[in-house]
Amino acid sequence: MERFLRLSGGVAAMPGANIDTDVIMPKAFLKGIDRSGLADGLFHDLRFDAAGARRNDFILNRPGMTDTRFLLAGPNFGCGSSREHAVWGMLQYGIRAIAGTSFGAIFSDNAANNGLLLLTLPGSDIALLSDMLDDGAGQWTIDLEQERIEIADRIIRFDVDPAARQALMLGLDRIGETLTHAAHIRAFEQAYFASNPWLAGPAGG
Amino acid sequence: MSSPKTLYDKIIDRHRILSLGGTEGAGERLLLYIDRTVLNEYTSPQAFSGLRDAGRKLWRPAASLGVVDHVNSTAPVHGEGTVDDGARRQIEYLIENGRDFGIEIFDVLDPRQGIEHVVMPELGLVLPGMVIAAGDSHSTTYGAFGVVGFGIGTSDIEHLLASQTLVYRRLKTMRVTIDGDLAPGVTAKDVIMEVIRRIGADGAAGHAVEFAGKAIDAMGVEARMTICNMAVECGARVALTAPDDKVTDYIAACPRAPSPTMLDRARDIWQALRSDAGARFDAELFVAAGDVPPMVSWGTSPDQALAITDRVPDPADLPAERREDANRAITYMGLAPRMALQDIAIDRAFIGSCTNARLSDIRDAARILRGRKVAPGVRAMISPGSSTVRREAEQEGLDRIFRDAGFEWRQSGCSLCLAMNDDMLAPGERCASSTNRNFEGRQGIGGRTHLMSPAMVAAAAVTGKLADVRAFAVQEPL
Ligand code: SF4
Repeated sequence: MERFLRLSGGVAAMPGANIDTDVIMPKAFLKGIDRSGLADGLFHDLRFDAAGARRNDFILNRPGMTDTRFLLAGPNFGCGSSREHAVWGMLQYGIRAIAGTSFGAIFSDNAANNGLLLLTLPGSDIALLSDMLDDGAGQWTIDLEQERIEIADRIIRFDVDPAARQALMLGLDRIGETLTHAAHIRAFEQAYFASNPWLAGPAGG
Repeated sequence: MSSPKTLYDKIIDRHRILSLGGTEGAGERLLLYIDRTVLNEYTSPQAFSGLRDAGRKLWRPAASLGVVDHVNSTAPVHGEGTVDDGARRQIEYLIENGRDFGIEIFDVLDPRQGIEHVVMPELGLVLPGMVIAAGDSHSTTYGAFGVVGFGIGTSDIEHLLASQTLVYRRLKTMRVTIDGDLAPGVTAKDVIMEVIRRIGADGAAGHAVEFAGKAIDAMGVEARMTICNMAVECGARVALTAPDDKVTDYIAACPRAPSPTMLDRARDIWQALRSDAGARFDAELFVAAGDVPPMVSWGTSPDQALAITDRVPDPADLPAERREDANRAITYMGLAPRMALQDIAIDRAFIGSCTNARLSDIRDAARILRGRKVAPGVRAMISPGSSTVRREAEQEGLDRIFRDAGFEWRQSGCSLCLAMNDDMLAPGERCASSTNRNFEGRQGIGGRTHLMSPAMVAAAAVTGKLADVRAFAVQEPL
């Protein structure tokens, strides 16, 4: 996973509520067995019409929106299906952080596992950030170490979970990390199956 | 004595291997043991590739089962539908991964194939007190057995397969009490749709929701599965009901249930799986069961739903923050503000999905359909939740009722619930659907979905419009 320390780039506002992962990554892009090619799928049906033509009114397609690294999202962004393809597509497209009041729970976990920074902010901060945009677009710098968004001469502070922050800044291998606890897991399993013997059998019969 | 605990916290405590930080209680980070998982062909491939790349093995292959359900065709005769190249590759890769990593796989033609959340419980693999995490958001379904079930993404599938654990953050708790008796014609689907309508699509975000109360106690296990399944549409990360004798009896009848001796031992422990009197929940909601009407969704989010006797809202009447979303939904759905929901004509009717395609759901719909015909111009289909459910329904003669009414009696799979296969709506087509998500494009680009109970779908199919099931004289199916 790519490390995140301090990053500048364009921001686009997507203020609708409940933008779900079906919209973020439509099912036509879920037929792969690897992670490639998902930048094309990101918001596909909003970016392109049924005939495949670009919708020029969609925010990410507007002239000048070539370096969008951040989104300013509406409530419950990323709700719905567990598809991690939604997060992979964001990163492949170049989106590295999303600010909003709330996010879908599985989407949040997927984001954390892939180094997509989600900033949960109070509604008043989101309103302020939105006011500072020009017709839904603008420039931000996000400094994860300092936990702040810098917009021209303004600063909005945020709090991220210390564990998630550390993982993002260091780019940790989560599985390797967990497997350092292998002895604990084995010991737990032994005691657990001893007291719940009907669980020790295989799921496969 | 220790302080009273919720069912959710009891189950998490039984699975906590170690604390990874934070204070005890909601927000605590811990290493959580996961009892079982189920894998499908579309969210698991990259997890296996990750394991292969890192040269890692499965921690406990016997804890996993693989099922093909999302991309397969449900054409009435196997092999007649179309499966595109991508889907075929995903199916082949799941089978290959099963072989290489030692996991049992139910392929399309396996007599036990079906939607993962239908197959796991009906085999007897979902047992009270377990934690089951799987690569699909509707893994909350297992909560009907007193199980902490939740959806995870592909990176976490890989983590789970490699370690049988997840790095987990303990949730807040919420109790939803459905008290009293449901009115005739009202089902579990209506109850959960009403809860979602009241609290909104993110109303339970960050919470494990326990459903309780007389109406829940009175429900069968399958109805509770409907509730726990769809609770994810109000943001619940976990949904639970306390296991009772109905649950134990249900499990005892399943082909892979623990042996009778083991079940006896388990029963005692399972009885303690309930929230203690006086346990404190972070949030509470009370719903009078008698007030719940038959529900339908009118918009493109599951909380945009109303009683069937109601009208499409006028965005002008809504609070400012909901107006724009309502406008957009009404436009997408091709409706007009204030039109009666019962005036909405449909093109398609679908009974299926992990929410509502178990045997009891099929019986409910059959009661409405018996002796009636699907309205001219409506294409109606049913895809039973599993191949087992399909066979059982055929043994009861239910397939005849559906066929005689004009329904297509299809094979099992996710089918039109998400249209990742050859079942989909054409742009602009409108469908009465027993599924769980009415998102834009969910059933096909430009498709329009109205969510409702299976009996309500049957009523709509016969009427040609959204219809109130209470207006139908109910007949026993057999
Ligand atoms: S039936 Fe629908 S909701 Fe259930 S697992 Fe399949 S696609 Fe998901």
